[in-house]
Amino acid sequence: MTAKEFFGCTFIAYGPAFALFIFTIAREPLRIIILIAGCFFWLLSLLFSSVLWNIVWPLKDQLAFGLVFSVLFQEVFRFFVYKLLRKADEGLQTFSDAPPTASDKHMIAYVAGLGFGLMSGAFSLVNVLAMATGPGTVGIHGDSPHFFITSALMTSCFILLHTFWNVIFFWGCDQRSYLSIAYVVGLHMLISCLTLLPLQLATILPAYVILLVTMVIAYALVGGSVKNVMAFVTCKRAGYTSD
Amino acid sequence: VETREAGDGEDRGFRRREEEEEEEDTEMTLKYGAKHVIMLFAPVSLCMAVVVATISSITFYTEKNGYLIYTPFHEEGATTASKVGDSLANAAIMVGVILVMTVFLVILYKYRCYKFIHGWLILSSLMLLFLFAYIYLGEVLQAYNIPCDYITLTIVMWNFGAVGMVCIHWKGPLLLQQAYLIVISALMALVFIKYLPDWTTWFILGAISLYDLVAVLCPKGPLKVLVETAQERNEPIFPALIYSSTMMWFVGMADSDPEAKKKKKKKKKKRRSDMQAAAAPVGATGGDEEGGFSEDWYESRGYEPTRRPNRGGNASDASMNSEDARSAAQALANGRVSPGGNQQQQPQAQAQQQEEEEDEEERGVKLGLGDFIFYSVLVGKASSNGDWNTTLACFVAILIGLCLTLLLLAIFKKALPALPISITFGLIFNFATSNLVTPFTDALSSQQVYV
Repeated sequence: MTAKEFFGCTFIAYGPAFALFIFTIAREPLRIIILIAGCFFWLLSLLFSSVLWNIVWPLKDQLAFGLVFSVLFQEVFRFFVYKLLRKADEGLQTFSDAPPTASDKHMIAYVAGLGFGLMSGAFSLVNVLAMATGPGTVGIHGDSPHFFITSALMTSCFILLHTFWNVIFFWGCDQRSYLSIAYVVGLHMLISCLTLLPLQLATILPAYVILLVTMVIAYALVGGSVKNVMAFVTCKRAGYTSD
Repeated sequence: VETREAGDGEDRGFRRREEEEEEEDTEMTLKYGAKHVIMLFAPVSLCMAVVVATISSITFYTEKNGYLIYTPFHEEGATTASKVGDSLANAAIMVGVILVMTVFLVILYKYRCYKFIHGWLILSSLMLLFLFAYIYLGEVLQAYNIPCDYITLTIVMWNFGAVGMVCIHWKGPLLLQQAYLIVISALMALVFIKYLPDWTTWFILGAISLYDLVAVLCPKGPLKVLVETAQERNEPIFPALIYSSTMMWFVGMADSDPEAKKKKKKKKKKRRSDMQAAAAPVGATGGDEEGGFSEDWYESRGYEPTRRPNRGGNASDASMNSEDARSAAQALANGRVSPGGNQQQQPQAQAQQQEEEEDEEERGVKLGLGDFIFYSVLVGKASSNGDWNTTLACFVAILIGLCLTLLLLAIFKKALPALPISITFGLIFNFATSNLVTPFTDALSSQQVYV
């Protein structure tokens, strides 16, 4: 294991999320605060799930048990974040100087989702990365030698998925669309259970496909369309107000 | 909280302006609240990052080579009970020392022994900037196996220390001053992490938060007395060891700018404490006692609109730093929504805007260095186990605590201590994460299962 592997995996896992942070969040103090709030709530959900996992010690080896309840706790805390942010909406309005727009709600959902995702990604991978800088050989006992890169890819996938799920979730809660909420929870459960299988191309690829699908859905929900994408790609400036 | 020279009619008009000012002030408070939270997030995170980076890479600060004289019980007993007993005793002694020093400082301040206090502060920052920085540099060079000759070392240390003294106690570019304050907080935190026994550190953190809570909110607390005395005398409290996010006009203000009046001064809470970080641990550099090292923890909202009837008097103060501060305040002011629709009051609004820009200069957020230090101690100690999950959890917990504290400050508009909420969260999350969460996440990552 080398420094190259360490840096490579770090950038694979956290690169997109970090870029999102730098370009959309870093300049706005309020968004940073919402981000940290998102991180904190994910941390709380993890705390609860660990408590449960520790309490039910006979089932400690059955990670599936811990996993299912962890997913449920995360979704519950996602709902708490939604409640908190909607309640604080008015207060948040006084903070910003711009007049309120429809995309504010989506912005808040996106930022909170990124917070969720970042914390989730951090907790999954940071200890693994720390070990990557140390001595040792991966897979010397017959395990997959691609441990680090598959972990990093999956982490990146999850961070982005959390972000998009949050957008869809908040929209669903606003519109009382139980289908969206069920979609988010169901998909989260599905993908987490997918990771119970050994991680290889066959399991990572479906995750990324679902990521793309979710991304498209989230983009459509906030008002995006093919026209917007084309305008962005061809760098047109005029006439498009939804951003 | 008075207008000294206004006549009667002017008084009424002035009071009306005051009310308007107060309303706008609240609005300003809310608008800039988020900015100020972030202005504190950045340095606090930086300080913690420096401490964590040092602890992870330089083993010197996790080796136990002796202890301070303030913690005579060294936790050498085998049973949990004896360790707890030792730690409690150590924490009690430490808090007692802090209390005594604080009271001493308050007495000095009350009897106007300013020179003594200044000398004390200068001696302590001297020790930090030269001695501790030298040790730190030595350990860094050692850890990375970089040879360095004494001549280079002397030049570097001399420059570092001298510029630091000037920046902190006199004038200097704002960024440099902030950087130096962060550096000395990190150094002090590292000293604590190294020289305090394990369990004692945690107990001291808890005890200090309790002390903070009591000292600030109790009517006869030394800090309240200090703040009230400073308010009575209309003096700024010593700015030397406070982190400020905007330029401190107040450096030397007491004698050079007598016209400045504080219209309303939100209550500040201030706490000083002195620790004699004696370099007398067993086996270390032979027991030379330095002069008392003092730090003051000082949290104020810093929203102090100042009436400056005589603007001309400040012209002499205009230096590069003031210009920078003014342009910084200008940048802040540009985000403002202009007061709508008062066309006929345009010139007045402009004059008001100018004065408010000035006010915004002084409206930076200030946080005491002690808060920096104890936050960093907590995170550094959490990271000394090598577990990054715990470190991250403590980091987020402390930031959230800071957010909540500033929110409470905005709601209650009263002096509030900065330590209790953050330290409580930090402690809870530290122990919960390292005992409950880490086994879970380790099991998950080793099987590559993602929740």
